[in-house]
Amino acid sequence: MASTTDTHRDVPQRAGSDWLRDALPKLVLSPSLAIVLVFVYGFILFTVYLSFTDSRILPSYGWVSWLNYDRLFSIREWKIAVVNLLIFGALYIVICCVLGLALAILLDQKVRAEGFIRTIYLYPMALSFIVTGIAWKWFLDPGIGLQAVVRSWGWESFTFTWIKDSDMAIYTIVIAAVWQTSGFVMAMFLAGLRGIDNEVMKAAQIDGASSFALYRRIVIPQLRPAFMSAFVVLAHMAIKSYDLIIALTGGGPGTATSMPATFMYSYTFTRNQMGIGAASATIMMMSIAAIMVPYIYSELREKK
Amino acid sequence: MAGSSASQQVVRTGAGARFVIYTILILFCLYYLVPLYVMVVNSLKPLGEITSGGMMSLPREWTLAPWHSAWSTAQVGVEATGLRPFFLNSILMVVPAVALSTFFGALNGYVLTKWRFRGDTLVFGLLLFACFIPFQMVLIPMARMLGLMHAAGTVPGLIFVHLVYGIGFSTLYFRNYYQQFPTELVRAAMIDGAGFFTIFRRIMLPASGPIAVVCIIWQFTNIWNDFLFGASFSDFDSQPMTVALNNLVQSSTGVKEYNVHFAGAILAALPTLFVYIVAGRFFVRGLMAGSVKG
Amino acid sequence: MRRYLGGAASLLAALMVTSSMARAADVEVLHWWTSGGEAAALNVLKDKLQSQGITWKDMPVAGGGGTEAMTVLRARVTAGNPPTAVQMLGFDIQDWAKEGALGNLDEVASAEGWDAVVPEALQRFSKYDGHWIAAPVNVHSTNWVWANKSVLDGLGIAEPKTWDEFIAALQKVKDAGKVALAHGGQPWQDATLFDGVVLATGGVDFYKKAFVELDPEALGSDTMKQVFDRMTVLRGFVDDNFSGRDWNLASAMVIKGDAAFQIMGDWAKGEFLKAGKVPDEDFLCFRVPGSETAVSFNSDQFAIFAVSSDDARKAQATMASDIMSPDFQIAFNKVKGSVPARTDVPKDDFDACGQKGMEQLAAANEAGTLVGSIAHGHANPAAVKNAIYDVVTAEFNGEYDSATAVEELVTAVEINK
Repeated sequence: MASTTDTHRDVPQRAGSDWLRDALPKLVLSPSLAIVLVFVYGFILFTVYLSFTDSRILPSYGWVSWLNYDRLFSIREWKIAVVNLLIFGALYIVICCVLGLALAILLDQKVRAEGFIRTIYLYPMALSFIVTGIAWKWFLDPGIGLQAVVRSWGWESFTFTWIKDSDMAIYTIVIAAVWQTSGFVMAMFLAGLRGIDNEVMKAAQIDGASSFALYRRIVIPQLRPAFMSAFVVLAHMAIKSYDLIIALTGGGPGTATSMPATFMYSYTFTRNQMGIGAASATIMMMSIAAIMVPYIYSELREKK
Repeated sequence: MAGSSASQQVVRTGAGARFVIYTILILFCLYYLVPLYVMVVNSLKPLGEITSGGMMSLPREWTLAPWHSAWSTAQVGVEATGLRPFFLNSILMVVPAVALSTFFGALNGYVLTKWRFRGDTLVFGLLLFACFIPFQMVLIPMARMLGLMHAAGTVPGLIFVHLVYGIGFSTLYFRNYYQQFPTELVRAAMIDGAGFFTIFRRIMLPASGPIAVVCIIWQFTNIWNDFLFGASFSDFDSQPMTVALNNLVQSSTGVKEYNVHFAGAILAALPTLFVYIVAGRFFVRGLMAGSVKG
Repeated sequence: MRRYLGGAASLLAALMVTSSMARAADVEVLHWWTSGGEAAALNVLKDKLQSQGITWKDMPVAGGGGTEAMTVLRARVTAGNPPTAVQMLGFDIQDWAKEGALGNLDEVASAEGWDAVVPEALQRFSKYDGHWIAAPVNVHSTNWVWANKSVLDGLGIAEPKTWDEFIAALQKVKDAGKVALAHGGQPWQDATLFDGVVLATGGVDFYKKAFVELDPEALGSDTMKQVFDRMTVLRGFVDDNFSGRDWNLASAMVIKGDAAFQIMGDWAKGEFLKAGKVPDEDFLCFRVPGSETAVSFNSDQFAIFAVSSDDARKAQATMASDIMSPDFQIAFNKVKGSVPARTDVPKDDFDACGQKGMEQLAAANEAGTLVGSIAHGHANPAAVKNAIYDVVTAEFNGEYDSATAVEELVTAVEINK
């Protein structure tokens, strides 16, 4: 978006009256900033420190230098987890964005029963994966789910065994994850669409632009902030995917659907290897920073 | 802004296009409804029918017993209380947490777009990046901090935790939404002598319907469904719904009553669904709030 | 900058509330027994304590065979607000004792003579440095086979006594078009098979040498390769859809007669009983053929945390004493499918499988063939246990052949020891 934001510095100040008036916005912002500095960045530093210690069941402070990192990179499951996250993250973010935007645009065409359909698209977010995971697991299971049902309809050769297949199981995670969040992404775009100034669109319409061109040239570019929100939300969901994997595949078959979040939890808490867990968390945070910081920076800089 | 949906007034669609639109929308309804079908159907069967293999078919024998059991008689601890007593625990925790984080998000977004100062982008960047911290990682240090604050095992402690990790997202939503908001209006109000909070209350809030819906849905869902913090930072008398649901569903060496699990899952989601339906209206109402623009 | 801190401090102050600590005559109990039967069985203990004037504050956290509860426990201890008693398994008890977090039950233990009635192998976990720190509730054992009797009768299969007979029986079922071995492909279930196969293949001495002493030579031996070969053979008798299946759905396959056998701990009995099946008439229970004299166990115990007040200590002692009382042990274990943690309890109240289990436990205790389960954290600490899971599961899913699995096992154990 073009610069619609100005600073209060452009506004004529009342003669020296108010230090408070000047400081008020910063005061309002300061508790949030303070909280985040302590409870997020402080904790990140703590975790980085832990990753160099011999912590097992609880934090302990014997220095072991790079040992935990050496071990981490020698663990086969960690490599699988990282590759899985890349595959899953890319597919999940792209599919959710495309689907969410498409559904939002369609739903914005003065559709009857919009509220009803919107709720259907949104409801998966409401359910905890602890249980929907079981429903998906059954639905995807060849013995009792989709494959069995289609075969019982008479299509005997129909095969859908992805969830049991080490190479394909990760894609079933994508299917279930998209199911859960794409409705919410749709809602974000819908909110964005409803915030758009329609004068511009009317003008374009009068100029004879087709509906498609209208969306491509005028509407979608205006949704940039919504895209950014969607991207951040989806990236966050992808990185933190835990419940979904535990409920759907438990990381299996074998370790085929392990992800960094399940890995980290497992090493920190189940395996009493807090040091290795902290090392994996540190690597994760660094990778996230490597991807997110440039993106956030470029998004924010253009606004000035 | 928020005057009305662009496309609703501008794009005209013919009958053929309408048909295509509805077909696509309905097909996707099916995709979203399949797991719900599995859950509802199985929650209405006796357990024997499920374990004997009829997981996808309609019940042969319909029963509401699993729902009754999940609500009030199922075992979720040593006492057979069902999920009922845990609703209140969750609501007492979720409502303040959602209200606080949404409120702070709106204020932060307002400051970050309309009262900009040197370094505001950096502050926003810091808040935003905070969204990505994995919760498993903060569990132990957070427990220590709560212990030091004497808030371990209390409801305010839990609310505080959710506020801390919710604030990044709510700031993100409001900041990106307010960015599209015409600054001329804010400037005009300032020249008229309106103060910081007056502008926020009179001008920004009335136009925030759609994004408030998105933010509330997000926060409500996340906090309601959170298990890790709820289990770790609550006490025996404040365990939230998800911990109870988890106790109902997870058992390592006990009999698994899938029909009760599904009924319980749907029950546990009712408050969130309720929020979606009620809040969903504001998507439309946000359009009506024509106060912003003629 | 002071402004920022000021704002934060006032917010924190607003949120500060004194934490609710358990009162003196209370026990706050963290456990993961939340499903029907077992929770109801625990309620017996609660009522008993209540009648002695002790209030039970329930803190159930289910999931992952207790791993969720252990995570919560860490948060609680770190926050300085530990529960008074916690359900724990095997090495976890020892780990917490090492951290110095646990209390002491010596007084009640010596008054009631626990040393004489609790099997040695269990005391290894209930005591730390010679002091009682936990009260055992039950003994589960994992090297059981559950079989559908009518399926076996229909195919003319007798209860197999040796490994080869077992394989022949499995083959016969497979040829008849049924699933020979019902199994769920989850790491802990794979490891439960492994428990039985190791005992049947290498015997108790090998089991102890390789998995308790973690001797690299035993771990890398030919016997170990044979163990993995046998796992591969078993894999051939499992249906294609096994991956990710819950263990009780596997039991359901046996109950329905779609499958003939399942190798699973004695908690599986609950599924059979719940389906109205009778031991010895509808279903059979026997040890994994070749491991008859051995019992691989896991035992749930309540560990007590160090508390400051005398009243609280008294409440803990009362709770421990109630747990060890024969009538609670009988009432609880009948429901749970396990057997009592003391060997002097009468068998009469138990069903055929339960009685068999109690006799075998007592015999194994005498003969020194009672060994901690690898799959359930009673042979080695969590890090090693999970490293073994990784190898066993990878091999069972065909990612390693047996020779590679042996090599991987040696390195995995070495790294995590």
